Amino acid sequence: MYAVKRQMVMAAVGAMVMLVSSICFGSGIPDRITINSIQKYYDGVDFNHAAHINNLKDCGLCHHHTTGAQVSDPNCVRCHKNSGAQAVVSCKGCHSSTPFSPEELKRQKDQHPPIYHMDKVGLKGAYHLGCVGCHQKMGAPTGCEDCHKRNDSGNGIFHSGTYAPKTPGKAKSSHH
Amino acid sequence: MIDRRDFLKGCLACSVTAASISVVGKDAFAAGSFEGYPDAMGVLVDLTRCVGCRSCEAACNNEQKLPDPDLPFDDQSVFKEERRTTDKAYTVVNKYEIADKDTLFRKMQCNHCNEPACLTSCFVNAYTKTKEGAVIYNSKVCVGCRNCMIACPFNIPAYSYSSPTNPLIKKCIFCYDTRLKNGRPPACVEICPQQVMTFGHRSDLLAIGHERIKNDPAKYVNKVYGEKEVGGTSWMYLSSVDFDKVGLDNHMQNEPIISNVKDFLGMVPMVLSIWPALFTGIHLLATKNKGEHGDHDHEEGDQQ
Ligand code: SF4
Ligand code: SF4
Repeated sequence: MYAVKRQMVMAAVGAMVMLVSSICFGSGIPDRITINSIQKYYDGVDFNHAAHINNLKDCGLCHHHTTGAQVSDPNCVRCHKNSGAQAVVSCKGCHSSTPFSPEELKRQKDQHPPIYHMDKVGLKGAYHLGCVGCHQKMGAPTGCEDCHKRNDSGNGIFHSGTYAPKTPGKAKSSHH
Repeated sequence: MIDRRDFLKGCLACSVTAASISVVGKDAFAAGSFEGYPDAMGVLVDLTRCVGCRSCEAACNNEQKLPDPDLPFDDQSVFKEERRTTDKAYTVVNKYEIADKDTLFRKMQCNHCNEPACLTSCFVNAYTKTKEGAVIYNSKVCVGCRNCMIACPFNIPAYSYSSPTNPLIKKCIFCYDTRLKNGRPPACVEICPQQVMTFGHRSDLLAIGHERIKNDPAKYVNKVYGEKEVGGTSWMYLSSVDFDKVGLDNHMQNEPIISNVKDFLGMVPMVLSIWPALFTGIHLLATKNKGEHGDHDHEEGDQQ
């Protein structure tokens, strides 16, 4: 009898803890996030996190299983159906900004178990595949400069703007 | 203009008769016997991810110090016609409108074959397949004969006319000098916003490719293009539509082109070794009497 009571108390406490933690998480959610990992060619993105939360409601669409929300991605469900909220939820916490460095390639290969995180995209890929993919579906803007303005060195590498070819077509006159 | 591949086929047809005599002994070399170097790197290109932004073209131009482009790299009007690689652009992105499917884009560049036809066809040995997987060339020894242009099954090597005194073949080198040999990914791979290209060990990429297909069979056609084609390539492709529809020959032979070219080239040394003998023979016959006499005199002279 006593044991049953204790279990009930524990369950209640557990539920409380989960509630509280989700509330705590709630207070820790940033409204705006500056994404500036590729400032080499583009200005940073001032990302309106709050607006996206309001529109989408489902944290798992971007954060997979990490926020403890109901997981929909069948790939994640295989292991993370009940794995709960994780300490790290930010994109850059898991997605490497140098996904193809020798160290990162080795780390991906050596991980245990070596199954579902083998093909994890890098940070830039995660942003673009996630953002552009969803924007396409939702009819939201998808042009490069709809989200981030290209800076001067970006124009340089693209030979655009002030760096545009002066005499277009001239080089074409060589035989092909 | 005669299509280059038809020309190659013609050459091969000619060589088949001659080569069939010796073909038996060559089976040991044939069909994908060489899986590539064990540590070879590669790139898995997922066409379903590409948005046609042409950043990869810009990055390649910058990395390889190529001449200024005719149009800015953000100019989308280039998609009006299908382009190929040139001496000024080692990679180009083409757009393919697929009926009742989405538009697809495909970046093309050298696929860095495991057994490159360009390498085999080059009689001055300008080409090297490095242990990292890159097919590179030494422009100092290139004589501009363009055998490799004809041999390449993917139409990649381009010919530079910019210098009449030093005509050269030019193509993607997997960023070997500046990046690959130091373990770094190519410039085009690194700049791509969509991570269309996954860089890694070729064997791992094959596993990743097949896993992506398995996880989403409705999205992908069930094939990793380049796994077997022409004996396997370092750059491989995943697609949501038949590869023919995005400019990749879906009926490419699995045997390396090298097997055909080898037979064809087998004739070259034969020609080189037989002709001198032949001409010497003719010369000897033509000058028989005079020669015999002269030689005889000479021999006699020697004996004395
Ligand atoms: S690997 Fe290097 S040389 Fe080849 S297309 Fe990419 S950037 Fe250009
Ligand atoms: S950079 Fe990537 S997304 Fe852009 S065109 Fe090249 S392959 Fe496609």
